[in-house]
Amino acid sequence: MAAVTTSAERSLNKLAIVGVLIVTIIFLAPIYWIASTAFKPRNLATTIPPTVVFQPEISPFVKLFTKRSQLRTAPTPEQYAAAPWWERLVFDGGEKVVRSGRGEVQWSGYPSRFMNSLIVAITSTILAVGMGTFTAYGFSRFKIKGEQDLLFFILSTRMLPPVVVAIPMFLMYRVVGLNDTHWGLIILYTAFNLSFSVWLMKGFMDEIPKEYEEAALVDGYTRMEAFFKIVLPEAATGIAATAVFCFITAWNEYAFALIMTNRRAQTAPPFIPSQVGSGLPDWTVIAAGTFLFLLPVAIFTFLLRNHLLRGMSFGAIRK
Amino acid sequence: MATAVMTTLDPNSRSAARGMSDLTIRNLFIIPTIVFLIVFNIFPLLYSLGYSFTDFRASSPAAANFVGLQNYRELLNDPFIWSNFAITAKYVIVSVVGQVIVGFGVALLLNRDIPLKGLLTTLLLLPMMLSMAVVGLFWKLLYDPSFGIINYTLGLGSFEWLSNPDMALYAVAITDIWMWSPFVMLLSLAGLSAVPKHLYEAAAIDRAGSFYTFFRITLPLVAPILMIAIIFRTMEAFKTFDLAYILTSQPTTEVISIRLYKMAFQEWQTGRSCALAYIVLIMILAITNIYVKYLNKVKER
Repeated sequence: MAAVTTSAERSLNKLAIVGVLIVTIIFLAPIYWIASTAFKPRNLATTIPPTVVFQPEISPFVKLFTKRSQLRTAPTPEQYAAAPWWERLVFDGGEKVVRSGRGEVQWSGYPSRFMNSLIVAITSTILAVGMGTFTAYGFSRFKIKGEQDLLFFILSTRMLPPVVVAIPMFLMYRVVGLNDTHWGLIILYTAFNLSFSVWLMKGFMDEIPKEYEEAALVDGYTRMEAFFKIVLPEAATGIAATAVFCFITAWNEYAFALIMTNRRAQTAPPFIPSQVGSGLPDWTVIAAGTFLFLLPVAIFTFLLRNHLLRGMSFGAIRK
Repeated sequence: MATAVMTTLDPNSRSAARGMSDLTIRNLFIIPTIVFLIVFNIFPLLYSLGYSFTDFRASSPAAANFVGLQNYRELLNDPFIWSNFAITAKYVIVSVVGQVIVGFGVALLLNRDIPLKGLLTTLLLLPMMLSMAVVGLFWKLLYDPSFGIINYTLGLGSFEWLSNPDMALYAVAITDIWMWSPFVMLLSLAGLSAVPKHLYEAAAIDRAGSFYTFFRITLPLVAPILMIAIIFRTMEAFKTFDLAYILTSQPTTEVISIRLYKMAFQEWQTGRSCALAYIVLIMILAITNIYVKYLNKVKER
């Protein structure tokens, strides 16, 4: 419908442009609100009317990373002058940074949760994509009895509701001591992403012409050598796209993490909501934590933009 | 076969001698994945199938007693469980219908001559890539009756969204629609761009109205892909947990996954929750089956 001819068509098109702009603004408003709240002073986060124009501050991020307590008395001018710039930001908000007996700054719970998220998401991605690539090659190139049934079985493991799987896994992990450990979550996320990675990688493998390997086999390569030296480099883009999808899924996952971890191995998704407890939460700090947590996914979405359709449809629709 | 060819070409090749047979490689590549999935998906389910016939409580040291089908019988006769299913059904309908209307509608708009189409499409897809739990939490601030931007923008005064039992489920569904309309939009765009242009040209020559063109050309051709989007979103909405759990604690938003979570990890009725998990599982497998059949059908085109 690219050819715009009549004036009626042209005005319809203008209407569509206006419509798309309005929808885009509405869809991005919540994300913009998170980003802007992350840079607001606390007293401007919950105002009526909402504050749109303000002097951006970095203090929510300082508060996000440090353990703080209420100031009972204002700091003396000497204390204030001796404090580094970031500590002054906390003083300005009526709080002080908690220090250990030896004067070391105490971290908040956020950085360790963020690290846990990174460890669990990266490790499970490597495992799921690694295994998935081999399996996808197997399904793509060799004759397998009951191939469709096996592929359905693999996909169906992905469709199970997390809470359904979590009940027996929780009981089993309790026996073997995997509750609240990185490996416990890594195994769950690997299993969850493996089926996705097999399905998506199979699509990419199917697109690599068989003739490439056959030529290599004729040249004296073994099947293994042909796989590693010919097929894998050809599949690199597909592997990267699959890996990013697996990473995002593991990074975002909430239900398993809520059930299987509570402190040591807790990831950011169950941690961030747990900060909104009783009383008035400091939304600037929550926004700062949310902002940092969403940033990698937002960047990846742009890198992945040409593969989104394929990934979200399990490789079924390829454009 | 390829190995055989190779051997005849160069019987003294070192690589031919140490190369594994295709059969070995096939098994080596596939079996670990199947075993992994059996150990970590199927075995646990068998484990919980066993518990579903007992009165086991993970919080108590008492041994599990075999109770037969009692858990299943009680669950299926429990009006509260049926009300959880009814809430889930209502949620699925509201959110999937919303996503289809918004997603397909935006796709129709984007299917025209829009400047910066690629950039706008990517921006619109952003919500579905983000963490439901983390972004969902922030919607609590957006919905806040006294200083939320939603009430302010719409001029609703101090309208209660999440703490209003009649409104809470719709509020959760609205957030879900915001997150997942982009998914329907993405798939619809693929369907729309695959409609051959000459069909529209032919319709124009025949002076067909835009209404006729839409219902006779666009919709039937996009329908299969739209159907995939609908089944997939239905399945996901049926399983929904994160958003409703984080946004509200109203009894009117207690979808089946939340009931299951509470039964298993707050009330510690482990045996009973295993039975409920099985009832949910069978329903999900039925929808998955339909979904996969449809995927294969579309793939074959």
